[in-house]
Amino acid sequence: MSKKMHIKLNVNGKEEEFLAEPRELLIYTLRERLNITGPHIGCETSHCGACTVTINGKSVKSCTMFVAQADRADITTIEGIGGPDALHPLQEAFKEHHGLQCGYCTPGMITRATKLLEENPNPTEEEIRFGMAGNICRCTGYQNIVKSIQAAAAEMSAAKEAAE
Amino acid sequence: MIPAAFEYYRPKDMAGVLSLLDEHGDDARVMAGGHSLIPMMKLRLADVPHLIDLQDVGGMSDIAVTAENICIGAMVTQADIIDHHGLAKAAPILREAALQIADPQVRYMGTVGGNVANGDPGNDMPGLMQCVDATFTVVGPEGEREIAARDFYEAAYMTAREDDEVLTSVTIPLPKGGYAYEKQKRKIGDYATAAAAVQIVKDGGTCSSAAIAMTNLSDTPVYSEAAGAALVGTQVDAAAVAAAMTAMLADIDPTEDNRGPIAFKKHVAGVILRRAIERAWSRA
Repeated sequence: MSKKMHIKLNVNGKEEEFLAEPRELLIYTLRERLNITGPHIGCETSHCGACTVTINGKSVKSCTMFVAQADRADITTIEGIGGPDALHPLQEAFKEHHGLQCGYCTPGMITRATKLLEENPNPTEEEIRFGMAGNICRCTGYQNIVKSIQAAAAEMSAAKEAAE
Repeated sequence: MIPAAFEYYRPKDMAGVLSLLDEHGDDARVMAGGHSLIPMMKLRLADVPHLIDLQDVGGMSDIAVTAENICIGAMVTQADIIDHHGLAKAAPILREAALQIADPQVRYMGTVGGNVANGDPGNDMPGLMQCVDATFTVVGPEGEREIAARDFYEAAYMTAREDDEVLTSVTIPLPKGGYAYEKQKRKIGDYATAAAAVQIVKDGGTCSSAAIAMTNLSDTPVYSEAAGAALVGTQVDAAAVAAAMTAMLADIDPTEDNRGPIAFKKHVAGVILRRAIERAWSRA
């Protein structure tokens, strides 16, 4: 066993401090240590994207990052994007457009999609498919995921215009 | 999946990195984005008792485009390459290749330095860098030295970089003419079944120079000088393309794996090279 490190994270706006072995994978830190169970473990080999979180403004597969690397980072998970009382437009759109079936991939999908829409607020269907290529869904065939993201993009653009 | 235990370091400068490498020798590895090394550590195919994270070192995240060349810091990510307009204009083949690497999440983390230094024959940047005749700068206890990409790769995971050296940047002479990076893969995130990097200069209607390198078709990237030479002086017609394909096939040495038997890989390599040459020529 290697010596434990003092780790500091900001997760969904909350400061977390604890001792951990550097080899701990961030997905386990989130799920088992901090009880943040939105990000899921799908493949654990950085292919499926179910564990996607936002770290310092980048979409990252948290199964492929050691907690030591994330020390002092800002992390956003699906829990920080919206909740039952105030759904994010993407969450609303996934619900409305049936962008999920079993729902296992959905936290990763929506977390990734928030970043995609931040970088490209009005993506084409092709851009959505390319930008979401790191997230695998085994139920939907992706069509309704694409539709949900398109709907959320339209909704968010309209809201932004209205605000201006 | 739990990797073997390791000591973790995040030095603030290169002197700190080099002193850790000096202290721990073979037991230490540097890590950039970690998206090649961490999967290997999780599978316990790589044992790294001392892991040196480069994220705080600084000075290796810039892309500089000048009238003569392009300098890319080792910590520049694939996402940075895709988003850099000056680079896309000066060397569009880099962007075309980066867009075909892995997926968005991996491209935020995966770096140019890690991709070229790792020595995995499946990585796309090594063949690309051989095609554009890049030079790698490494720093070690004796100071800096430069190694041509075409001389860098010795065998799978074996390169001209010594264990106590760190690759810090990649320098590329401004590419000329038409370009293409063509990759056949089974799915998003997979390594290439075959990939080809091609850069061609057209003078009048004739090819005046051509550089061709292939990915994942040997235990190293393959710079095929003969394939490029087969195009020079021709109008890049069907006969010239066929000659380049034949020359390339003599230089590669694919092995059978879950991407297919040798005969299939050679077939795909030929098809991919033909497409790459045709696209590069159309852009020349």
